[in-house]
Amino acid sequence: SYYDIISAAERATTGQILDTNPNIKLLTHSLWALHSLSGNNIPSETLTMPTVSVERAALFAHIGRTFTDEEFDELCFEFGVELDEITSEREEATKSSTVKLNKQQIAALSEEVIYKIDVPANRYDLLCIEGISRSLRVFLGEMDAPTYEILKATDEKSSTMTVIQSSTATIRPFVVCAILRDVTFDTARYKSFIELQDQLHRNLCRQRTLVAIGTHDLDSVKGPFVYDARAPKDIKFVPLTHTDEEREFNGASLMEHYETDASCKHLKPYVPIIKDSPLYPVVLDSEETILSLPPIINGSKSRITLNTKSVFIECTATDLTKANIVLDTVVAMFSEYAATPFSVEPVTVSYVNDANKVVKSYVTPQMYTRKETASVKFVNSLIGIDVDPEPMAQLCNKIQLGPARILPEAGEDGPILEVTVPPTRSDILHAVDIAEDIGISYGYNNIVKTVPQTCTVGGEQPLNQLGDLLREEIGRAGYVEVLTHGLCSINDNFTALGRPITEAVSLSNPANVEYQVVRTTLLPGLLKTLQHNKSMSFTGGFKLFEISDVVLPDKEHVVTETVVGAKNARRVCATYAGPTSGFEIIHGLVDRIMTLCEVAPEEEYVSSSGNKTNKLVHCKEGWFYTIRELKQGASDYAGTYFPGRAAEILLTSPNGGERVVIGTFGILHPEVLANFDINYPTSAVELDLEALL
Amino acid sequence: MSDPESAILAALSASPAASIPDTYTFSSTHKLDHNQVVGVSKSLEGDAYVKLTELSTSFFVLGKEAESIVNDGSQEILVLAALIEAGDGGLSMPELQGAVGKDVCKIGMGNCLKNKWAKKEKDGKLVAVVKIEDVRDEVRELLQQLNEGGGDPKSLDDKAVTALKRRKLISLVTRKSYSIVRGPSYSSTRVKKAADLTKEMLDSGKWRETPFKEYNFKTLGESVGGGYLHPLLKVRAEFRKILMEMGFQEMPTNKWVESSFWNFDSLFQPQSHPARDAHDTFFIKEPAQTVSVPEEYYERVKTMHEVGGSGSIGYRYDFKREEAFKNLLRTHTTAVSSQMLYKLANQKGGFQPARYFSIDRVFRNETMDATHLCEFHQVEGLVADYNLSLGDLIGTIETFFRKIGITKLRFKPAFNPYTEPSMEIFGYHPDLKKWTEIGNSGMFRPEMLAPMGLPENVRVIAWGLSLERPTMIKYRIDNIRNLFGHKVDLGMTKNAPVCRFEAAEEVEQMQ
Repeated sequence: SYYDIISAAERATTGQILDTNPNIKLLTHSLWALHSLSGNNIPSETLTMPTVSVERAALFAHIGRTFTDEEFDELCFEFGVELDEITSEREEATKSSTVKLNKQQIAALSEEVIYKIDVPANRYDLLCIEGISRSLRVFLGEMDAPTYEILKATDEKSSTMTVIQSSTATIRPFVVCAILRDVTFDTARYKSFIELQDQLHRNLCRQRTLVAIGTHDLDSVKGPFVYDARAPKDIKFVPLTHTDEEREFNGASLMEHYETDASCKHLKPYVPIIKDSPLYPVVLDSEETILSLPPIINGSKSRITLNTKSVFIECTATDLTKANIVLDTVVAMFSEYAATPFSVEPVTVSYVNDANKVVKSYVTPQMYTRKETASVKFVNSLIGIDVDPEPMAQLCNKIQLGPARILPEAGEDGPILEVTVPPTRSDILHAVDIAEDIGISYGYNNIVKTVPQTCTVGGEQPLNQLGDLLREEIGRAGYVEVLTHGLCSINDNFTALGRPITEAVSLSNPANVEYQVVRTTLLPGLLKTLQHNKSMSFTGGFKLFEISDVVLPDKEHVVTETVVGAKNARRVCATYAGPTSGFEIIHGLVDRIMTLCEVAPEEEYVSSSGNKTNKLVHCKEGWFYTIRELKQGASDYAGTYFPGRAAEILLTSPNGGERVVIGTFGILHPEVLANFDINYPTSAVELDLEALL
Repeated sequence: MSDPESAILAALSASPAASIPDTYTFSSTHKLDHNQVVGVSKSLEGDAYVKLTELSTSFFVLGKEAESIVNDGSQEILVLAALIEAGDGGLSMPELQGAVGKDVCKIGMGNCLKNKWAKKEKDGKLVAVVKIEDVRDEVRELLQQLNEGGGDPKSLDDKAVTALKRRKLISLVTRKSYSIVRGPSYSSTRVKKAADLTKEMLDSGKWRETPFKEYNFKTLGESVGGGYLHPLLKVRAEFRKILMEMGFQEMPTNKWVESSFWNFDSLFQPQSHPARDAHDTFFIKEPAQTVSVPEEYYERVKTMHEVGGSGSIGYRYDFKREEAFKNLLRTHTTAVSSQMLYKLANQKGGFQPARYFSIDRVFRNETMDATHLCEFHQVEGLVADYNLSLGDLIGTIETFFRKIGITKLRFKPAFNPYTEPSMEIFGYHPDLKKWTEIGNSGMFRPEMLAPMGLPENVRVIAWGLSLERPTMIKYRIDNIRNLFGHKVDLGMTKNAPVCRFEAAEEVEQMQ
């Protein structure tokens, strides 16, 4: 059965092949394609599906109960996160292929069980232990979703941020702020606070390009605060990285230091974000103390310690919407530890122009809780369930869309459900998002399966159909099918084939030199296959073929009212390699393909073929082909072939009228063979399949 | 000299118990070539005239140097003799070399000194200190002894063997030979059996009296030759068949270069989405920019991103035309699905329900390893109809996977930028007793469908998977480079079985 095969394959690959490593689902844009079978080699910064590591014991303490690993796995699955790995620091270090520690170092590491949990890329509220445990508790019905309270500012000065608009606009125009009062930190909370910022920086903040978070000990600085951008040389401060030695830098020298110093290499990736700007963004207090040099580093003076009581949070940004999401997320997660849980103090952000006149002003954090509605009928219909209005409102509470209620007045479609969208759920854009959450709350696996009654007829693309039919026939003629890459080097695509370098679709960011252009010919793939299969028997002739696409620049080609400047062309390519060139054999394949496609040879072409022509009687009205010698220098392709042993294939069809060249064939030039390291005489044909449709 | 065949048969003729104990000695006594004797014996065995038992005989042979020692004496004896002849004055090195030759001098001198048969004077000359009668040429004696014993290892003690081997004088050779006894069909003369039925036999009628050789039923037949199809494309053909059987119409996906607009924007994927980074997507240097898109539709898509509509609040950011017009290699075939849905909404006569599928190449700018290539094939299916539900999607997916033999499925909530709800598809692996991810699915967002002009209650359900993964599982390939590309071993292609999925039984809960 299929499963026997799976297990065999899995065993054969030491379990890697089917492991759905979390990292692979980072291809969230890739919706369908489960291309990645295991993602061990993907550098972490490319991840868009975040993995959150939490200590099991701490997590269960937060949730307020324990589970077996199986129970917890099941809970995660139903909720829509994935318990990806159960490990420990020590186990990780032992297995790590990148970090090599000695035995003592490993022995010193904790054996505390760690859960690695994959969370959806749009759920920023699940990026820390506080958020995960809170969501699961709500999902289990053990608590209601928290409501957040924006308090009155206790201190006017601290709650003021002035933005110098003209300077900051040149580099990083926005800032949003909030204050958490009377927070109680301990080591675990502090660590989680830092980790959440790291996770947000990595994901939503796009490596700090869109948003950078700075958090400060409010009591060590003095409001009101200023957000400005200044010349690098004028920015002087002790950065957080050099707290112990109290070393002062200016903006320019700090960038150089971070670029080169090995101990600061974690900051190096962010340097280019501002390095070449004439002005660097900077957050200051009323005494010109530098709180941060966003998006690189905070100042040492305002650093947070375990004794910090009041936290000043500033998020500088190039994208204001995202800055608010980031700020709301941090506040929602850590206001839990404020004296009044889930409360926060606002900051008024005012943008001033060069005349020091306020031009724009807002209060943050928004902590915007909104009411959204969806018709009960719509939700039932979209998910394919039949839940009554009141129970549906109950389901909403489980997924932090509570309080939810049925509106007193029914709409056109019957009862209307009203839910409360908390500030942490910026992913809710439409009623379908509410419906999905109700579906999750109901349980995807409790949904009754149905099959759409849609009446349709299956069918295939004529080009694919012809291609598949020809594959069968060419295979029958003794050719081995290959499947080669669509991307190749300029050398392989042109120079090595003895052709001039002409237009091809080229890549701006190739992964390696093999991927400079999209191929314009299938031939290099076949020749490289020959090169890598030298151990095969060539004595009776070794025949290969491929039917696939090449891409040609084309400024006129229109698909769906869209012109991109290129078009695919489907080609048939075949090679014969053996003790002799096999020119006639490849020539014979050309005739065979024409016969199969019901195209008749022109009379003159077959004048010396005798009774062989009897085979070619079935043909479509008005379709003819002939061949003619391809002289050296006569076309870009000529250099590929041995002089005097190359031909063009010409097609006449009722739609085209005139003869059109649809392909070439011949003995490959010995220089071309040498370029591909092939020791046997080889003949090849490549022709355009679409012309034969 | 007789011919080997009659010699062998004659040797066994004396009695049923007669035997040839060793073909090697048999050959030398009968002055026959041993290889020939073995060949004939095997041929006779093929016709069951005789039975062979393999023998293996190990013996030492003397090297060239050893041969000359046996003839002339060991090097040390030759050196000693030369020194004695030279008398008390002894010989200098060059003189000694001149007397016995360079090679003999080199080995013999050392051994003489070691055996204390000679000494080196202050002037460097060598002088004999013993008489020739006082010494024994031990090496020569041992070699002679071995020679007489026919090279039998037992003719010397282990210590002696080690000493001779150390001087590289002897080497061990293993000889294969056979002992022969009568076989079931033994006869003193052999009647030639034919290997095959020939046209000549048919013409002459000789097949009637010709005895035929036994056919060896324990070897593989000849390779059939001919051509072979690629395993991945065999799976593609089977998947296409299954999807067409299910009423799906194939989409024209022969378009690798795509605009960001169709690949991302039309799917309501925000322009700042990480997938649109250069480290995930291949962007095009030339032609870098899309020339044109359907402008009215473009405006509707832009509006949806910026301010929403049709019940959505949108993403609320500035939608950039240059971002939408960046050309790329499509990262998914959904870029084509989107165009098909746009056409479906805008076709003559308006929207009609449809089922579409495609299997084609997509491109990702990824680090390559055993399971990743920059190109792979994506299988995608979608259904567009009025009021479809998530239940319909689950039912459709189950029907598809049942056709390839996977019955136990469950669905995990997931996030995709352009589907809502979204589900990851997990299949149960009975052997490993675990769930494994086998596909992804969802219902396209209204923000994607509304700008196309599809009627409001038309919903589109879709699912997808890669073609490589099931192929690697089916054909037990553990490295994707052995499946895709020019480094594929064509032996694998030749030996790949047909692609046949055992469709699972109908499940009763289908409604």
